[in-house]
Amino acid sequence: LAKMSGGGSTLLGYIGIDTIIEQMRKKTMKAGFDFNIMVVGNSGLGKSTLVNTLFKSQVSRRSAGWARDEKIPKTIEIKAVSHVLEEGGVKMKLTVVDTPGFGDQINNDNCWEPISKYINEQYEKFLKEEVNITRKKRIPDTRVHCCIYFITPTGHSLRSLDIEFMKRLSHSVNIIPVIAKSDTMTIEERLEFKQRVRKELEMGGIEVYPQKEFDEDMEDKSDNDKIREAMPFAVVGSDKEYQVNGKRVLGRKTAWGIVEVENPNHCEFAQLRDFLIRSHLQDLKEVTHNIHYETYRAKRLNENGGLHPITCNDTQESNL
Amino acid sequence: MATQRNLEGYVGFANLPNQVYRKSVKRGFEFTLMVVGESGLGKSTLINSLFLTDLYSKDYPGPSQRIKKTVQVEQSKVLVKEGGVQLTLTIVDTPGFGDAVDNSNCWQPVINYIDSKCEDFLNAESRVNRRSMPDNRVHCCLYFIAPSGHGLKPLDIEFMKRLHDKVNVIPLIAKADTLTPEECQLFKKQIMKEIQEHKIKIYEFPDTEDADDNKLVRKIKEKMPLAVVGSNVVIEVNGKKVRGRQYPWGVAEVENGEHCDFTVLRNMLIRTHMQDLKDVTNNVHYENYRSRKLAAVTCNGVDTTKSKGQLTRSASVTKRSPLAQMEEERREHVMKMKKMEAEMEQVFEMKVKEKKQKLRDSEAELERRHEQMKRNLEAQYKELEEKKRVHEDEKANWEAQQRILEQQKLDASKTMEKNKKKGKIF
Repeated sequence: LAKMSGGGSTLLGYIGIDTIIEQMRKKTMKAGFDFNIMVVGNSGLGKSTLVNTLFKSQVSRRSAGWARDEKIPKTIEIKAVSHVLEEGGVKMKLTVVDTPGFGDQINNDNCWEPISKYINEQYEKFLKEEVNITRKKRIPDTRVHCCIYFITPTGHSLRSLDIEFMKRLSHSVNIIPVIAKSDTMTIEERLEFKQRVRKELEMGGIEVYPQKEFDEDMEDKSDNDKIREAMPFAVVGSDKEYQVNGKRVLGRKTAWGIVEVENPNHCEFAQLRDFLIRSHLQDLKEVTHNIHYETYRAKRLNENGGLHPITCNDTQESNL
Repeated sequence: MATQRNLEGYVGFANLPNQVYRKSVKRGFEFTLMVVGESGLGKSTLINSLFLTDLYSKDYPGPSQRIKKTVQVEQSKVLVKEGGVQLTLTIVDTPGFGDAVDNSNCWQPVINYIDSKCEDFLNAESRVNRRSMPDNRVHCCLYFIAPSGHGLKPLDIEFMKRLHDKVNVIPLIAKADTLTPEECQLFKKQIMKEIQEHKIKIYEFPDTEDADDNKLVRKIKEKMPLAVVGSNVVIEVNGKKVRGRQYPWGVAEVENGEHCDFTVLRNMLIRTHMQDLKDVTNNVHYENYRSRKLAAVTCNGVDTTKSKGQLTRSASVTKRSPLAQMEEERREHVMKMKKMEAEMEQVFEMKVKEKKQKLRDSEAELERRHEQMKRNLEAQYKELEEKKRVHEDEKANWEAQQRILEQQKLDASKTMEKNKKKGKIF
């Protein structure tokens, strides 16, 4: 008889509790999962290219017949494109949310507002579904799990727009800043720039993902510290392949050499990809659900004296 | 008309260019270059590379290293000497341009600076003692375009539109080592297309009579806007020492024509077209400014423009009469034109009336004649009718007579018969 106590009791035989991991895995594989990523940054920083490179397929709007000489939109638009990717039996519904027009106007005041509104709208949608009397088995998750912010590689410091945006949105969504088109900078310039950016983020009180306050244990902390030291990642994106040393690699061919995207000596794309997809994908979703969404929910429930369950199709905002 | 004559011996005025050359060398040259663009586009590095000096060094960091909240216009002077020729180079930098969140009117300080330099020159020109006239006007403005690979940003278009008739604007693609050669070509084409669309007048290289020079000029024109890379770091490549940027995947050489257009820019700016830039500034942009400024001054000497500069104070006395005269003449001319216009209109009206009258007269005439002819015809018709009737009457008469005659004859024959019968009986 195993006593119910705080400490672990020794098992007298193999029960099979550990097969729960296998059961969960099977269920996840069958159900598939959603991942929503938002890319924000000025035009021409290589956002679409990077997303295509990350997911090794034409998933951004660039593939949907968007021509190179499309005019910069006069106001910020939010465009979401969804694709279903499959790998090793696991299905992922990837939604890429693009924000053309961000930071491109002469007067960029409040250009973060449409983005903030979009993010909150997704939380609202989820909240409404959750609060329903008859709930769906699996609430469709359109919340933005991760927002990749593209920093212009000036080599000097962050621009006022960058700081403003990140300050305002770091509390409602996971922000991962990356240095775009980093093949502009030499290695020394890159290190200097990164240091300066990190200092400015610290001075502005901006918490980017992975946030220090959410580290659960020592192992997490040490892993995340390593990542925080290396951030923001200096990336280069490309969807063209070239032959280098007998191998076919993704890269950019210039007159003085080929920039290899996945070569860690050239740029930090591989690190970003591993971090984003191979190790922290689930964590991004959890932080979005457990922390950002809960913050939003608490705020909503505290205002207007609470929220009563509504049946579907009752879309009056004033009810809530 | 001056006719060209052949000389019969060596006179010697072919030496004139040498004299001009020697005088100018003694005087030294001045050149003011303005660089405009967002922070971090490599403006300071490019200036250092162009003139091979450290205008901005580690001890005196360039304005871009300091955080600016508003757009400033800063100038730094440097004296460079080469081969006995002295050049006073003034570099005007615009830190803070395009860096704020709201960049509306960030071009205003730049415009104010250019105008103030032109005004200084105008005042110096109008003075009585003109011995020393320093030329601080901005001769060339290098505008740095961020290498997005897409096209011009609204800020770029707005800025160039406002400055293309005040200063020579030369657009450059900054940090061109970001782009692959194909991307660079596409980008250049896109930029030129947009420049033409928005009717922006960038600096145009003049065509020369020399065929070789023309070929060069055409090559430059094809490469516009020039894609540049700047660097002051010397790196060793294949045993040669070159200036470039060291990447893990290779070295981008600044002076290699296949890597970027830096050499084209340097040759154009310094070696071939510096004098032309100064000439265009003097003859075109400065003259535009001057005529605009002077036309704004009314004959009361009250300056209608915002800046009540020295022009009105010191020069108002001397400038009043010729200026007022110009105004008078202009007004007279306008009035004359108006009068001529009115007269011509009157004449036109009159002629129209006459013609109309004539037409009406001829119409009436035609009517009358038509009536007359009709009446004639009717009269003739009546006559004919009359004649016909008379003829008919005559015919009737004649027939009646014939019948009577016939009857008489019958009667006569009848009586003869009767007589015959009677006679026989006798």
